[in-house]
Amino acid sequence: MAAAPQATTSGADPTTARAAPPADLADLTRDESTLRRFLYGLPGVDAVGVEARAASLATRSIKKASKLWAIDTAIRMVDLTTLEGADTPGKVRTLAAKARRPDPERPGVPSVAAVCVYPDLVATAVAGLAGSEVGVASVATAFPSGRAALPVKLADVADAVAAGATEVDMVIDRGAFLSGRYGLVFDEITAVRAACGEAHLKVILETGELATYDNVRRASWLALLAGGDFIKTSTGKISPAATLPVTHVMLQAVRDFHARTGQRRGVKAAGGIRNTKEAIRYLVAVHEVAGEEWLTPSLFRFGASSLLNDLLMQRRAQHEGHYSGPDYVTVD
Amino acid sequence: MSEVRLTVAKTYKLYLGGAFPRSESGRSYPVTDQAGAFLANAAQASRKDARDAVVAARKAFGGWSGATAYNRGQVLYRVAELLEGRRDQFIAEVSASEGLKPAVAKSTVDAAIDRWVWYAGWTDKIATVFGAANPVAGPYFSFSVPEPTGVVAVFAPQSSSLLGLVSVLAPVIASGNTCVVVAGEDRPLPAITLSEVLATSDVPGGVVNILTGRTAELAPWLASHADVNALDLGGVAAANRVELEKAAAGTVKRVLRVPVEEPDWTQAPGTGRLRALLETKTVWHPMGA
Repeated sequence: MAAAPQATTSGADPTTARAAPPADLADLTRDESTLRRFLYGLPGVDAVGVEARAASLATRSIKKASKLWAIDTAIRMVDLTTLEGADTPGKVRTLAAKARRPDPERPGVPSVAAVCVYPDLVATAVAGLAGSEVGVASVATAFPSGRAALPVKLADVADAVAAGATEVDMVIDRGAFLSGRYGLVFDEITAVRAACGEAHLKVILETGELATYDNVRRASWLALLAGGDFIKTSTGKISPAATLPVTHVMLQAVRDFHARTGQRRGVKAAGGIRNTKEAIRYLVAVHEVAGEEWLTPSLFRFGASSLLNDLLMQRRAQHEGHYSGPDYVTVD
Repeated sequence: MSEVRLTVAKTYKLYLGGAFPRSESGRSYPVTDQAGAFLANAAQASRKDARDAVVAARKAFGGWSGATAYNRGQVLYRVAELLEGRRDQFIAEVSASEGLKPAVAKSTVDAAIDRWVWYAGWTDKIATVFGAANPVAGPYFSFSVPEPTGVVAVFAPQSSSLLGLVSVLAPVIASGNTCVVVAGEDRPLPAITLSEVLATSDVPGGVVNILTGRTAELAPWLASHADVNALDLGGVAAANRVELEKAAAGTVKRVLRVPVEEPDWTQAPGTGRLRALLETKTVWHPMGA
């Protein structure tokens, strides 16, 4: 098996910069049986406990100045996504314009983190976002099922990166993972990692298909060991998509990974987060489980499309003192 | 069974999006009859319940306004049938709420049911009566059709708890609007029973949302809400109306101006309320070669 790649990004936060894991962790990925022993050696997840903890944190009330801060932070964390068969260049250009200035009437509204599209539309998104800080994320590796041969997946990634994607969202082979072929999944992530070059890699675990929290924890560690910059909950094509308890387990994984290696990796919650209230619950979870350092777009993201409009409506309601409505935001 | 039984004290809930949730605030308030005797507890809605009700009404608007007028008429007539089935309960509640003698309460309930049937008959006549083919000086076929205004916030009359409520609610939904109704503050029971009727009828959830609680608390939030298209301030105290009209102007709403004194609801209603909540769309169509 290949060791995790050694590439480093220039100018990034040193704690999030890509670096090889320390020797003891690199040793874990020496061969498949060692890796399997490590993954099965991870402590089991207390399902009742994590659900109760997620539910109790979800009742926390965030008001006034904190809420305003949370809304702006959430806007900056949004990966504005369109992943439909019917996507057109025109729709992607519209989305890019919205990503730059989500609320044109209010210049104080920050830009979102990135626009997320299929590989063939990356060039359109790059053109639409030229000169802005907004990233271009592309799903790749036979998204959303991941059912293709490795060379096809790598070509998919190379295509997206060549077109200018700064972030690549790959899917893991859930079939291989669920049948216990962890080495295969590891090698695939490592290969995609190498194909990404300078682009950030987000590894989609598709937790809705992983069945148990224990599997989510194992998949998270697997993706982190293989060099994923982010672990991402879902494709958004499977229900259930992101849930609070699953995100808790993944946040615990990046926290523990940081404790062991000193490297900070990110989490992206994608799919099913439609309103501000839910988004704020995720921010509370990030703060409480991973820590305050993760409350930044370089370490936590929302993969969403309709969430942004609700954030904008809530932001207006907070500033203007009355409820806003969908007539006052874009239809997308 | 013993001969003496304890009465079942009821705590009602809101009617929101076709379901009966408690108030988000968890509050409720006691409702008494005209002599001050306890009748039941009603939920005391908060501004967030009002917000949720507007979301539900907006969601239902597409389906309800898009339904054929004939279908809306059938659905409303079905409601009248169900009202008839609950006639005795309504008579008891109207009598207790308004302190009316049973005979008067009975005629009031009958009038309310008849009023509902009358508006049910109007649904498929609105376009013919208020629409027009316009004679124009050009090679165009010009026609005007009335369309529903959208989501209407209705503050129901404070005195007439059933007949007044039906007289302001039915014309709103007959033309395809959806609404958030704030029931009369001290006499909400007939409105609550009406919500039970609506929930078991064919009216889609969200077309009518009924909130109980303090009118003065809820009114500013509904008046300033950007997703509410029209207001009926009938149940609002005269002193508060100017402020609410100002708030409504900020988000360009239609405000139905009604007299402060409640009218005699038993009189024929006319078409004023139906017409007030319609927007006219005019189309100029080239005649062709």
